[in-house]
This record gives sequence, structure tokens and C-alpha cells, in this order.
Amino acid sequence: MAAKRTKRVIHMVKRGNMTKFTAILVRILAVILAMIVCGFVVVGVTGDNPVGVYRGIWDGAFGTGQRGWVTVRETVTLLLIAVGLVPAFKMRYWNLGAEGQILMGGLVSAAVLLYLGPIFEDWLLILIMLAASMAAGLLWGLLPAVFKAYFNTNETLFTLMMNYVAMQIVTFFVILWESPKGSNHVGIINAAHNEGWFPQILGQPYLLDIIIVAVVMALVFIYMTRTKQGYELTVVGESVNTARYAGINVRAVIIRTVLLSSAICGLAGAMIVGGASHTISTSTAGGRGFTAIIVAWMSQFSPVAMIAVSLMLSFMDQGAVQTASQFGLNENVSDIITGILLFFLIGCEFFVRYRLEVTTVEIEDGKERA
Amino acid sequence: MNVLLTFLHQAILQGIAILFGATGEIMTEKSGNLNLGIPGIMYMGGIAGLMGAFFYEKGAEQPGVVPGVLISLLWCAVASALGGLIYAFLTVTLRANQNVVGLALTTFGTGFGNFFGGSISKIAGGVGQISVKTTASGFQATIPILSDIPVIGRLLFGYGFLTCCALIIAAAATWLLVRTRVGLHLVAVGESPATADAAGINVNRYKYVATISGAVIAGFGGLYFVMEYLGGTWANNGFGDRGWLAVALVILALWSPAKAIWGSFVFGALYIIYIYIPGVSRAMQELLKMLPYVVTILVLIMTSRRNRPEDQPPASLGLSYFREER
Repeated sequence: MAAKRTKRVIHMVKRGNMTKFTAILVRILAVILAMIVCGFVVVGVTGDNPVGVYRGIWDGAFGTGQRGWVTVRETVTLLLIAVGLVPAFKMRYWNLGAEGQILMGGLVSAAVLLYLGPIFEDWLLILIMLAASMAAGLLWGLLPAVFKAYFNTNETLFTLMMNYVAMQIVTFFVILWESPKGSNHVGIINAAHNEGWFPQILGQPYLLDIIIVAVVMALVFIYMTRTKQGYELTVVGESVNTARYAGINVRAVIIRTVLLSSAICGLAGAMIVGGASHTISTSTAGGRGFTAIIVAWMSQFSPVAMIAVSLMLSFMDQGAVQTASQFGLNENVSDIITGILLFFLIGCEFFVRYRLEVTTVEIEDGKERA
Repeated sequence: MNVLLTFLHQAILQGIAILFGATGEIMTEKSGNLNLGIPGIMYMGGIAGLMGAFFYEKGAEQPGVVPGVLISLLWCAVASALGGLIYAFLTVTLRANQNVVGLALTTFGTGFGNFFGGSISKIAGGVGQISVKTTASGFQATIPILSDIPVIGRLLFGYGFLTCCALIIAAAATWLLVRTRVGLHLVAVGESPATADAAGINVNRYKYVATISGAVIAGFGGLYFVMEYLGGTWANNGFGDRGWLAVALVILALWSPAKAIWGSFVFGALYIIYIYIPGVSRAMQELLKMLPYVVTILVLIMTSRRNRPEDQPPASLGLSYFREER
């Protein structure tokens, strides 16, 4: 008889269900771990005290009322894009083209400000801008959606490429509209009389942004959970064959859902141009289209989680700009910290879904037996 | 005639960085991993190679060309492999979504590159722009006699050694995929991991190795750009969207590294053609710059319409494989 030896192996077991509380605890733990790793990175690179750096981040994001409002504005902008992506993702349609849809929405908004600014009243101008930006985003999402529906063209790569086409179109118009000539940027549009700029409501500069995002968010979640169309797109996401068998017009659902998704992303362009920057450039979207993908996915489409994740990412981003000047660091340090944070948050989802078990197996004649 | 030669030469110079990225991405995608972190990894590879050379030139009394080149190649490989490892660990072992991890990696890598590129000389206590002339001269050296041949010498031989490496790696990768057992296994893993698993292929190991080696190849593209194209300096976001062009080139090349060689020259040409068309306004030039992306979209549509099995992306591209859940 061969000698029995034993070996300890780790294997993964799917969890039945974790309580919400524990799941949140795991994620908080991941954030803390990420912060510690970031701290080590900052010390390793600069020799500065990481606590000081974190205090600088907090100060940059919420240190003054103005900074706090900017952080809130960035949060709701990111949130709006993420909300826009939810219907498409729920249908398993990877819309990586939010960046381009935002740019096109922003471009059209800038055009409205430039050409219609002197003609219409402010409220009408803002309404036109919101509608036009949604139409522009929608158009930008149309092509990949149609080809996905009819030829099953890979939408991940198609929408990704559309971003760069949009970027060149924006550059084209920037040169067309540049002021002063030769400067390569458009400058602040309607700087003298602020025509078409989002107004202050109750003395708060970005309250309108918050209202728009809250309304859109509520509508999208009613659409997703309470309407027939929302149900249909979920079925298509789960299984195209099931949807066909149930008599759902899959092509129509794909096109309809993607148009909704990209129209909301276009709307975000109007919010950025009309409500914040009042200018247009290739950095108008500034990677938000990609960040929002991470927000929507990591939150698993839960509205509360989406708010929390958007707030955290905007907070890091705003804070890092301040820290950068305070410690003489390059502001790209925020991307590194955000990246590490994301790696930990993405990684911790595994531990929410699985647990590791150590079992002892007997090895007999080179064969393993549990 | 002279303008045409310059144009072709410049097109190839532009194309090589994209070729490295595309070859790396093809190797990765063949294992079923759609690594959208490649643009970030190219930044990481570029800056790490530059940093290695920078610290070497700063520390050595009499910095030599050969050690400088070797050190920067090593640093570049280590940093890009680290990027690939992060991606593989999160997507293969921790089963996270590939697109999300890839985009996060690109955010991280681009920030990594711009952060160190912008502040490395300051951290080291110096001032001004980082520059590694000695090492860069090694990357930029061309074959002496051949590249001096009139008319065609510069077009055919006016490149550093990394250009040659790019072509060899692309050819070798094609050979590996088409002619060897390892390549066949890799393709099997990308097409149908469950079948490959049943046939006794270690799916996770193939995914890890393909992703990490693909990342290293792509990282050399970043190094090529920093060392040979920019001459050993760093410009923030100077690498631009070439990383995404590399992802696009994979589609144009229909997942074949050999086709990516020609594709990279085409992309390089499309990328700079706006300079060479006379009488185009500055605004129109910007519209011409979208050509590579438009061409990619057209190819994407055409391949999905023709639906030829050999032109399709690997069947399991973008999907994670869990043995227990198949």
C-alpha cells in the first residue's frame, strides 16, 4: 500500500448570500486597504507624510464652501453619466462611447450658446440646449446600436472608436470658433452677459445640476423597474434567445435602449458646458465617460451605491488637485490613487461573491482525493 | 519624390509604436482577455524605461550606451509585466469584469506615466526636463552604411533596433499562433476555454502568460516612442491616443500579428497624412486625423457583415472563465 500524504489546498466556494451589512463592510475594508497602499506609495515616492497628503485631499475637496460645491457638481455630473449607462449595461451592451456622446452633447451646447445666445431668453436657451445635447448624444449612439442590432457588430470596440471620431470633430469646431484666433481654444463663451449659463437657484450655483440629475435618475429607475420596456431590456440582457422566444422584438429593444443611454450621456455634455466650463475642448469629457463605466458597474446599478462611488471618485479627484499644488506634486497623482482604489474595490467584489476554504486532500499514487 | 520618401519614412516611424501595442494586444486577446489597459501599460512601459535610464545616467560617472539601453529595456519590461499581472490577477483569479479592470488600468497607467514623467527630475532633486541623451542615442542608432544609401537608404534602414524587434516579434507571434502547439492551445483557450480545459490545457496559466507577455510587448511600444521617437524625453500625454490606435489596429489586422505589420504602416500614414496634403486648412487637418478610427469602424462593420469565421474575434473574448460555472 502506497504511503498516504496529505496536502492543504485552497479552493473557492461560492457564497450563498452575504448580508448587506457584511458586504458593505468588505468594501469599506477594501477602501481602507487601498488608502494604506496609497499611503505607502506616496511616502515611497515623495518622502512626504501621507497623513498630510490625505488632509490636503480633504481640504481640496471640502476645505471651503466653493470647493465643496465644485466637488458636488463633479459628483452629480459623473452620476448622471453612470445613470445613463445603466440601461445599456443591464442589456449587456457595453457602451464605451459615453466619452464621445458627452463630447457631442457638449459641442452642440456650445453651438447653441454661441449662435442662439444673443437671440433667445435664458430659460428658453437652456431648454434648447438640454434638448439639443440629448439629440446629439442620441445620434452618436445610433450607429453602433443599429449595427449591433442588425449585424451583431462588436459594440465595445465600435463605441470606443466613435469617441476618437468625436474628439476630432470637436477639435475641428474649436479651430473654427477659436477666440482669439490662433489660440487653439474657444475661451469662455458669452463671458460678458452669461447668456444661457445655468442660473443660480436659491443662491446656490449648482442646484440646477442636482435637480436635473435627481429627476433623470428617478425616471431611469422607474423605467428600469416599473415599465414593460425596462423588463424587456433586462430579458434581452439575460438571454437573447429567451427574449426571442417570448416574442420580444430584440432589435427594437437594443436600438431603443442604446438611444436612451446615449441621450442621457449627451445631456451630461450640456451640464458640463452650460453649467460648469462654459467652453468646449477635447477635454470637456475628461475621461468621465470611462470613469462612469466603472461607477455603474461597481455599484451593480444600485442608486445609493452609485452616489457613494461617484462622490468618492470626485472627492479624490478634486482633493488631489489641491494636494498637488500644496506638496509640489504633479496633479496626475490623483489618477494613481484613483487607480489603486479602483483595483481594490474591483478585487474585493470577489470576496463578496466567493469565500476561500482550506481543505486537506490526501495524495495517493500521485492522484488527489478529497 | 523626396516628400513622398519622407512621408513613408515618417509613417513607419509612427506605426512602430502602434505595432508593438497591437502585437501585445493580439497575444492577450487570443487568450480571451480583452485588455483595454494596453494604453495605460504603454505609458507605464515608456516612463519606467525612461526612469531606469535616467537614474543610471545620473548615478554613473561615465554612462555607457549599452548598459543604458539594457537597463531601460529591463525596467520597461518589469513595469509593463506588473501592469499585465494586475490585469490578469483581477480578471482571471478574482474573476472581475475585463472591461472595467482594463479601463481602471488605463487610468492608473496614464496617471503613472504623467506623474513620474512630470515630476521625476524634481523628486531626484534636479530641475527642468528629464532627458537621457546617451541612452536615447543607443535607441536611435541606425545601421551605418546601409542607412546612408542614397534615396532608399533612410526609408529602408533609417530606424533604431527596436523597429527591427517590432517586426521580428510580430512575425514570431504569427508563427507561434499558427505553427506551434503552444499557439494552438492559446487559440483554443480564447475560442472555447471549457473545451480547452476538458482537453487538459491549463486555461488560467495560458491566460496569465499570454496577458503578461502581451503587456511586455506593448510596453516596448511605449519605450520605443519615448526613446527613439522623442529622443529620450517625456511630454505629458505626448503618447496621446496611440494606445487606443493599437487596440483599433487589432481589429484592422483581424487578430493576425503579420497583418498588423502592414496595418501599422497604414495607420502611421493615416495618422500623419494631414501634414502632407497641400492646401488643407488647420481645421480640415483635424478632420483628416480621424481617418484611422473611421477605417477601423468600417473594417469592424465589414467583418461582422461578411461573418467569415477566420476573421472573427476570439469567441470567448471579454468573458471570464470559471470552471464551476460553465
